[in-house]
Amino acid sequence: MGSGIREVAVVGFAQLTALEDREHNEVELIIPAVQGALADAGMERHEIGFTISGSCDYLSGGPFTFVSGLDAAGAWPPVKESHVEMDAAWALYEAWVAIQTGDVDSALIYGFGKSSLGDLHEIMGLQADPYVVAPLWPSMVDMAALQASAFLAATDYTESDLCAIAARSRRAAVDNPYAVRVEDATAQELLARPVTHTPLRDSDIAPITDGSAAIIIATREIADARCERPAYIRGIDHRVDAQGLGLRDLATSASTKLAAQGAGVSNGPVDVAEIHAQFSHEELILKEALGLDDAVVVNPSGGPLGANPVMATGLIRIGEVAARIRSGSANRGVAHASQGPCLQQNLVCVLEGDQ
Amino acid sequence: MTAPLMQHHILEYPGGYTRSVGPAVGRYLSGLRDGHIVGVTGSDGRVLVPPTGYDPVTAATLEDYVPVGPAGTVTAFTWVNQPRPGKHHLTHPFAFALVRPDGSDTAMLHVVDAGSPDAMSIGMRVAPRWAPARRGYVTDLEAWVPLADGETPVPAPPNTNEDVSTEPVTGIVTPISLAYDINAGVAASKYLRALSEKRIVGQRAKGSDDVYVPPRGTDPTTGAPTEIEVEVGQVGTVTTYCVVNIPGLSENSPEIPYVCAQILLDGAHTAWFGLVQGLPADEVRMGVRVRAVWADDPGPDARSIKWFEPTGEPDAPYDDYKAYA
Amino acid sequence: MSALRTAVIGVGQTRHVVARHDVSIAGLVREAAEEALVDANMDWADIDAVVIGKAPDMFEGVVMPELYLADALGAVGKPMLRVHTAGSVGGSTAIVAAKLVMAGIHERVLTVAFEKQSESNATWGLTVEMPFSSPLVAGAGGYFAPLIRAYIRRSGAPTHIGHLVAVKDRLNALHNPKAHLHLPDIDLATVAESFLLWEPLRYLDVCPSSDGAMALVIGSEQVAKNATGPVAWIHGTAMRSEPTMFAGRDQVNPLAGRKCAADVYAQAGIKDPRKDFDCAEVYVPFSWYEPMWLENLGFCAEGDGWKLTEQGATAMDGDIPWNPSGGVLSSNPIGASGMIRFGEAAQQVRGRAGDYQVPLHTGLALGHAYGGGSQFFSMWVVGASQPQ
Repeated sequence: MGSGIREVAVVGFAQLTALEDREHNEVELIIPAVQGALADAGMERHEIGFTISGSCDYLSGGPFTFVSGLDAAGAWPPVKESHVEMDAAWALYEAWVAIQTGDVDSALIYGFGKSSLGDLHEIMGLQADPYVVAPLWPSMVDMAALQASAFLAATDYTESDLCAIAARSRRAAVDNPYAVRVEDATAQELLARPVTHTPLRDSDIAPITDGSAAIIIATREIADARCERPAYIRGIDHRVDAQGLGLRDLATSASTKLAAQGAGVSNGPVDVAEIHAQFSHEELILKEALGLDDAVVVNPSGGPLGANPVMATGLIRIGEVAARIRSGSANRGVAHASQGPCLQQNLVCVLEGDQ
Repeated sequence: MTAPLMQHHILEYPGGYTRSVGPAVGRYLSGLRDGHIVGVTGSDGRVLVPPTGYDPVTAATLEDYVPVGPAGTVTAFTWVNQPRPGKHHLTHPFAFALVRPDGSDTAMLHVVDAGSPDAMSIGMRVAPRWAPARRGYVTDLEAWVPLADGETPVPAPPNTNEDVSTEPVTGIVTPISLAYDINAGVAASKYLRALSEKRIVGQRAKGSDDVYVPPRGTDPTTGAPTEIEVEVGQVGTVTTYCVVNIPGLSENSPEIPYVCAQILLDGAHTAWFGLVQGLPADEVRMGVRVRAVWADDPGPDARSIKWFEPTGEPDAPYDDYKAYA
Repeated sequence: MSALRTAVIGVGQTRHVVARHDVSIAGLVREAAEEALVDANMDWADIDAVVIGKAPDMFEGVVMPELYLADALGAVGKPMLRVHTAGSVGGSTAIVAAKLVMAGIHERVLTVAFEKQSESNATWGLTVEMPFSSPLVAGAGGYFAPLIRAYIRRSGAPTHIGHLVAVKDRLNALHNPKAHLHLPDIDLATVAESFLLWEPLRYLDVCPSSDGAMALVIGSEQVAKNATGPVAWIHGTAMRSEPTMFAGRDQVNPLAGRKCAADVYAQAGIKDPRKDFDCAEVYVPFSWYEPMWLENLGFCAEGDGWKLTEQGATAMDGDIPWNPSGGVLSSNPIGASGMIRFGEAAQQVRGRAGDYQVPLHTGLALGHAYGGGSQFFSMWVVGASQPQ
């Protein structure tokens, strides 16, 4: 899929999270993210060529949540606009495609969701086959735990390796003001806590998080004028696997591997990776599929184990990598987004600053 | 600050989703009803269970059904300590597991009723425990149960469900009920609280005179928050309307026929959807002036305004409200 | 830079019916996709990416059903996108798919839109009662009927205009074997006497609720040139959105629709849509939306839409046939309805519309969809000839 013809960079990013936001509705959650991303990019609303969001009606318990979400985007005069019922990382992909066609030069992408309103884990279980799986009501955690079980059985990894990931993520999250779950605990301390969903502990499971995020992307012409060190998208690709858990080798992620190849992860050194692992074991599976070695700093933000505003979590991975490139603390990084039961669908985005 | 406004919400299609299942799933569910497990041969020769209608590699249509099982092997599991009533069909703790039936190359997601997590292990042998009354549903295979060395699976007992057809299964009904606690948000909470005081309070953004009623938190033309509260009149003009002759699905729906109107309250810049009562449906007209009629016990809820009724004033001239219709 | 030339290579759709009891959701979408692949003379393996569209997931009670559909749609190992832009989604989905080719990313993209409304009930799905709101509006008609009344007041249209459209589109559908409604005996009197639902809308002024799917294969210039059958070249695509409700919003003749039309016309070189198109497939779920959209889309001056309808200009034998397929009034699987418009426009310029084929003069046709509170618009112009 390659790098596209037009160079496109992340020039603005903002996010907003809360463990359980009882105050704001979705529209009110989006406003600061959109305004923040615009401010970060130094752009006005009317300068944006394309607007797109990612959200899930089922999180809010009624149809057409994204319709009211548009109220936060300032869509007047009428805007070129679209919506995906996907994590907003895929909205960013659609925006990148729109820029590639030459129709627009910049885009505002936002994702939002309030996981706390309903039972997120039960709701996402309804992504499963509606005839032979969903009627048994496995939750998304149950299905993830099945993958963890299969993964540990197929590899030399143990539960303590999962706890090590959880411990590192919680510690990294201490420095992230948007993390909702932080803790300075050792892997041993976590390992001593009860298993809640064999073989997973609460610390292996991303917290319920309400939140939103917004990103501005733009062509080089705009990016270089507005931004001291834009984070250029060098490659972006996404792939899907078959859903049936029995149809896949759960110890690996074939779709991530393909997307990583398409995005060109191995075309250069990787300084940092933000991986959309909602469960500890997923990080191990994904790191392998992405072809990242141990020198790569993984999830310095704390990752989804620190904050998981579903439908924005993947977009935030792109924002976090871009922020590190823009600040100069990294030169080349990999952002990964995922959705669907047991990492069914995966997106990989390679970002880089100018040398 | 006052406590946030929350309301419980159940999302449920009444009676459950009516799913037609097609040939592959139909074959599988018919098999379960009849006490056996059916798989399908994929393009690469692998046997897939449950039978997918379509090859996961080539997308070709698959129709070569083969019997598998009855015994199987657990390839992954997770223990469920607290079954969820109304969702999980087992009421005591159980395991979700991937079970590969003998003769199959893939594992299926189902439940194992093993009594205790200590009884679970990867590689353990299991056999189906069939529901006595089967209807062509995935829980006809009630659970997989541990199978000791040398033990043979117990065949399905005769189906005690006398109502069931012996024809192939073509459809199922799946109830889905999801519970939410929805919060109103900052803007709506202010507005709803004012309703409980029989006041209608809209909002506008800084730098704009446009008053939004009900407020949704932003001026959608700019995305700016509407932080300034403006009380508007309780009298307004019907800008347009329709007479509804079909009953709503909700028990709260008004009796038909009723008039649903867009009403521009004095001082507001967006029309409000409201009921108009107090004059026959065929006498409602664009431009008629109406006032809010409050519920006896108004609370922080849109239902605090029961409906609008005519004020008896002369109708508003079309030019006064046509920009809002 | 500018977008690469792109064409519709294959079109497939199901027969639209009130309930497809014989297939699963996967079976329904497969049927359309397989027909499109056959039409394009392609196999699943030829497809580079899959783009799926549908309206709210609550209709079928499956969260993001495209995930479960990935293997049925041959998407395994490929990129897959899921679009949801309310009623306009079928059109938006086709445009997202086309852009993947226009951007030079893919050569062949399969796009599918569907709704299996018989799994639940569209009125329920469209108006789930939410906390803090009052249960006023039953179904989409309750929302749009007041806007129709406002149009009638504004334009001075006689009250039978809607019924003319209801009859015309159903008579057109008699020539479309895939259409849901086949009402051979329909006439003005049966419409006028049908049950009053949301005054002024009567039962026969309103679209049905259907199970159905539509699929398109979109290919690059090279793929189009190698195609064995006729292709529909994409001469322009556009999308516009505006908020649901704001001060001074013209809900009857929304600016987003006018802007969207102006954009797509400019791309395709359309100066006078009434003359420059051979036909249009326009999202008309309630009969009165034909005259309303005639004005919004610039086929006539504001206030004159009903006159075109009354004169028969939009009939099969008129100078600018609208909805020769029978339109949304004859088949409405909501998530697919927009893509059906786009696909039927393509079939016309390919000369593949069968018994409802219009004569081709300019070889150009318009596909249109809208959604939400008349606030989301997607449109494309397709042509028999390659764009200059």
